[in-house]
Amino acid sequence: MSAESSGPRIALELDCRALPCPMPVIELARHLADVSVGDLLAVVAHDPAAAVDVPAWCRMKAQDYVGADTADDGAPRFVVRRLT
Amino acid sequence: MTGPRDLDSASAMPLHPAAREAFLAALDRGYADPRRLHRAGREARILLDNAREVTAHALGVRPDEVTFTPSGTHAVHLGLLGLVRGSRRGDVVVHSAVEHSAVRHAVAWGARARTVSCDAQGRVDVGVLANEATAPDVGVVALQAANHEVGTVQPVGDLDLPAELPLFTDACASMGRSPLPTGWAAAAGSAHKWGGPAGVGVLLVRKRARWRNPFPGDDRVDERSTGFENVPAVLASAASLQAVVAEREEVSARQHELVDVVRRRVAAEVPDVEVVGDPVRRLPHLVTFSCLYVDGEALVTELDRRGLGIASGSACTASTLTPSHVLEAMGVLTHGNVRLSLQRDATRADVDAFCDVLPGVVAEIRSRVGM
Repeated sequence: MSAESSGPRIALELDCRALPCPMPVIELARHLADVSVGDLLAVVAHDPAAAVDVPAWCRMKAQDYVGADTADDGAPRFVVRRLT
Repeated sequence: MTGPRDLDSASAMPLHPAAREAFLAALDRGYADPRRLHRAGREARILLDNAREVTAHALGVRPDEVTFTPSGTHAVHLGLLGLVRGSRRGDVVVHSAVEHSAVRHAVAWGARARTVSCDAQGRVDVGVLANEATAPDVGVVALQAANHEVGTVQPVGDLDLPAELPLFTDACASMGRSPLPTGWAAAAGSAHKWGGPAGVGVLLVRKRARWRNPFPGDDRVDERSTGFENVPAVLASAASLQAVVAEREEVSARQHELVDVVRRRVAAEVPDVEVVGDPVRRLPHLVTFSCLYVDGEALVTELDRRGLGIASGSACTASTLTPSHVLEAMGVLTHGNVRLSLQRDATRADVDAFCDVLPGVVAEIRSRVGM
């Protein structure tokens, strides 16, 4: 499933490819307010913890975890919809 | 001697006083080869047989079902792979996603794995597990008594398996602290987790179980064991187990309450924290929680500077950088994760000291990254 093809375009993509755990989730939290409520924000990260921690962050912070796909270069990408 | 603020008993406990006494006595009396017929050999043999009987009695099994191994890990490997080798069915091991790595490594080495998922508290659905086990290529089912990382107790006794399909139970996290579950053909425990010395594991194999040694055999006292028996250490383990079982009603009730205090206070006083594992049906002495935006290693280091020793299960701290497979299977936050586990003499003052310090430490670590 591609988040791009199934819904609105991703408003902001965060390049966290080089960042270790837990920095991708910290970047996600820092930049949530950079997109409007209802818009999509994506984290691109090689950190293997991100696949668990981005959905867990969404649950804890009451945001919507849309799903995982891949960035243009094939890196894992995790897509979040801002709800609040 | 560890101080009272060693909050990592699930990794290791100081020797129980009963174990220390038995160990010192047996160093002098139990040095000889228990297979020899001379006086010193007979003396070592008496101590070894005594250790086996005490262990069997403490666990509610027969003495000839008890084998001492060089570690809990080895007991897991030997028990699980012996059932695989003895199975009349296939070589697939159906196991939960939250088994200890000792189980996972054993399966990777000598069988084929089929993994069954768990719920958000780390508990396995025994109906799903039993259903997976009906496939004809399944030789063994493995389900832990309780989870070593998050403390959730598994419903092992409720597992209804087809006839002739043996169950292996890794009881390393719970042995001594709570009664063994029922229904297993082989089970494993680890003495240093109940206040015995390191280097002693306990393998239990039921009398009628189809178990075949998966490794090269030996000609020792117990046909399932290999190598020269460490008589002083197994005697000390048995003495500790006996003492721990005798005092567990009181100790477990006290620890269960203290862990409730930690669970409640951490959830209430630290923002953005997730206390994981079953809050009720759990091991009495341990609790695990994850703090958002926190590096688990930094948390361990800062708490240690304040005299509080706890373990971290975070991906951030592990050399492999892969998240804990237990937390991953539960779908809970894997970073900023620490496990607190109480020593047998832990008090309300110990857990309050921890809970008093924690919010400030977490806030300070978060402030380093601007959170």
